[in-house]
Amino acid sequence: MWGILGRRAVDGGFSASSLRRMRSGLVSARSYAAGSKEMTVRDALNSAIDEEMSADPKVFVMGEEVGQYQGAYKISKGLLEKYGPERVYDTPITEAGFTGIGVGAAYAGLKPVVEFMTFNFSMQAIDHIINSAAKSNYMSAGQINVPIVFRGPNGAAAGVGAQHSQCYAAWYASVPGLKVLAPYSAEDARGLLKAAIRDPDPVVFLENELLYGESFPISEEALDSSFCLPIGKAKIEREGKDVTITTFSKMVGFALKAAEKLAEEGISAEVINLRSIRPLDRATINASVRKTSRLVTVEEGFPQHGVCAEICASVVEESFSYLDAPVERIAGADVPMPYAANLERLALPQVEDIVRAAKRACFRSK
Amino acid sequence: MAQHLKSSSKSILLNILRHNIGFSSPSHASRHLRHNLPHGPLSTRLAPNLITRYCNTMVDTLSSIGSHEDTNSQVMDFPGGKVAFTPEIHFISESNEERVPCYRVLDDNGQQLTNSQFVPVSKEIAVKMYSDMVTLQMMDNIFYEAQRQGRLSFYATAFGEEAINIASAAALSPDDVIFPQYREPGVLLWRGFTLQEFANQCFGNKSDYGKGRQMPVHYGSNKLNYFTVSATIATQLPNAVGAAYSLKMDGKDACAVTFFGDGGSSEGDFHAALNFAAVMEAPVLFICRNNGWAISTPTSDQFRSDGVVVKGRAYGIRSIRVDGNDALAMYSAVHEAREMAIRERRPILIEALTYRVGHHSTSDDSTRYRSADEIEWWNKARNPLSRFRTWVESNGWWSDETESDLRSRIKKEMLEAIRVAEKTEKPNLNHMFSDVYDVPPLNLREQELLVRQAIKSHPLDYPSDVPL
Repeated sequence: MWGILGRRAVDGGFSASSLRRMRSGLVSARSYAAGSKEMTVRDALNSAIDEEMSADPKVFVMGEEVGQYQGAYKISKGLLEKYGPERVYDTPITEAGFTGIGVGAAYAGLKPVVEFMTFNFSMQAIDHIINSAAKSNYMSAGQINVPIVFRGPNGAAAGVGAQHSQCYAAWYASVPGLKVLAPYSAEDARGLLKAAIRDPDPVVFLENELLYGESFPISEEALDSSFCLPIGKAKIEREGKDVTITTFSKMVGFALKAAEKLAEEGISAEVINLRSIRPLDRATINASVRKTSRLVTVEEGFPQHGVCAEICASVVEESFSYLDAPVERIAGADVPMPYAANLERLALPQVEDIVRAAKRACFRSK
Repeated sequence: MAQHLKSSSKSILLNILRHNIGFSSPSHASRHLRHNLPHGPLSTRLAPNLITRYCNTMVDTLSSIGSHEDTNSQVMDFPGGKVAFTPEIHFISESNEERVPCYRVLDDNGQQLTNSQFVPVSKEIAVKMYSDMVTLQMMDNIFYEAQRQGRLSFYATAFGEEAINIASAAALSPDDVIFPQYREPGVLLWRGFTLQEFANQCFGNKSDYGKGRQMPVHYGSNKLNYFTVSATIATQLPNAVGAAYSLKMDGKDACAVTFFGDGGSSEGDFHAALNFAAVMEAPVLFICRNNGWAISTPTSDQFRSDGVVVKGRAYGIRSIRVDGNDALAMYSAVHEAREMAIRERRPILIEALTYRVGHHSTSDDSTRYRSADEIEWWNKARNPLSRFRTWVESNGWWSDETESDLRSRIKKEMLEAIRVAEKTEKPNLNHMFSDVYDVPPLNLREQELLVRQAIKSHPLDYPSDVPL
């Protein structure tokens, strides 16, 4: 049953109702506070930006379609009406331009939240992200700090082809001077975005288009306007003792489903939601592997030089003698994302791939 | 004007361009402007468009001459304003018949031109300007020699561009934020950066405000509102626009000022920055040092437009072309531009024509791609220092004696600065790891510990002059 639901959900994006069906079995396994409120990731992001703009007049939003159009994905809905065109700025089509301008504004003391319609378009601005933002504090010896947030959808959506589907977590996370965050749930989205906006360093905030419409339970604490999650701490979404599965963003949902399937076969999987790609919470990952002795890392992006590669290296370096099995890496196929739905599905990790890898790590199958 | 328009073999637009050169009418500009010129080519748009974003001033003029027989009263309401129709098939020429003229106050020999308009300069300012130009030239000379001797790894001079450097700085206020390329140390010098501070950065010692992290000439000073030099070309342009936006939102009486070369105008960031600055109505000065060369690329290979000044209009930006080797002209142009930028909240483009007398940097030998005669000619005939000196002396504010006093003092100071900078310790090891983030993260603290442990157990493998 889980397999069928999983497949259907992946093919066409999530619908709230199918999600709730899947969720019901999992709520008891989660450690959410006993709040009965739910919130979509979209609303979580919107409320986070709204609250931070309200608290600090230096925060402003810029990007294509963020104002009158209410945001290409409606993340900035209602903000123009509330804060006016000077603080919710619709930019001309030039990523290089508005990124450079955002960085310049940050140099001069404002706190921009720059939206990329997708991080694929950030390629046109990557020089400003790396050379004007990430390295500035260091190169200027602390004289220029850049309290900027770059946010937008990252990774694959559904049927959008190669130039709209790449995951940039590994690219940005390799750069010293940047912080890279990847939320999964609504609570992650709120807490991490607020932390990012308040952070004095440049932060790359990788969202996921398919998660925007997903609803998650949310605690009273998380709804408070001062709520904030620490940057650099991973979250153990599900505790287990046989195998550690680490992942981020949309794949967390898949890993949790895989854990359910594995539980049926007697394998207790611990699922870690990384939340922060840079700095990577090596301590939590290694502590978990030392407990379970097996590692399966999952990501949507390309395999070579990916986030999984870094985690495997870290675990092999620090917890080698605790490993009972070779480390497993599940990543996207090493091809530009194909468009056809069947090919796209094959190019991305699925729940079955994670289940198989975990079983391999437990020597239950080849 | 009507006369010219009737000879309609030219396009209407071409004629309007020709008659609208320069950017401010005498009556409209600041009260400082002194002129003996009753009329002339300096009359143009009088009413800045403060309110309507979309008012196309060019089109206003077009429809106001609707009495012309070709524009038969039919206009189209188009996003941006009304556009007149014409039954004649006219392509706007790729270039004007005449190039945009270049504003100057002093002739090649330093004599004030009789019709010149300029902002008067007090004795104090003039003497400081000239002294700083001399200081800049000498500083460049001595650092260049130091690099040749192997004492510095790298250096880039600003020979020939001293007037641009110093005069523009003199016309700005200390609150104006500067986004340099890398050939504008004179702006720092004017604002009070000492020769010792320059030397410290070049030698990367522990007194360097950059903590030894960058190559020589990558100066920066928070205190003096001069953003640390970033070597990537033209990236500072959009940054400046963002900073200008920030100044506007804070309501400050200041603007952002950014410098770039003729080569920098080819970058995509130039387009994005100028376009954006106009749309955002940001108070920013774009100062282009058109010095004829981008390393070995002459301007003829860089663009086919009439220099950089004509590009301003394409973005809806008021622009001017100035003789960059004329300190008084530079001073006036920047002074007026700054006022307009802040008062009217608009960007201004200034193209300063000059010549890069020195090599691109110490890694370049420019005699390989240009004749030594050309360099010599510009150095002698158009030298910014000698021209300004003549004018300063003609006012009785300078003499041979003050010149030689200044030069010997600077030389002594420079040699002392280098001596001290060379001997000063290099930055501490912990500065390799600090400032990557606001607060050093765990992984970097661990790495630093590992490095220290390694140095302790293998001291001979590490340089002895890095203080721990």
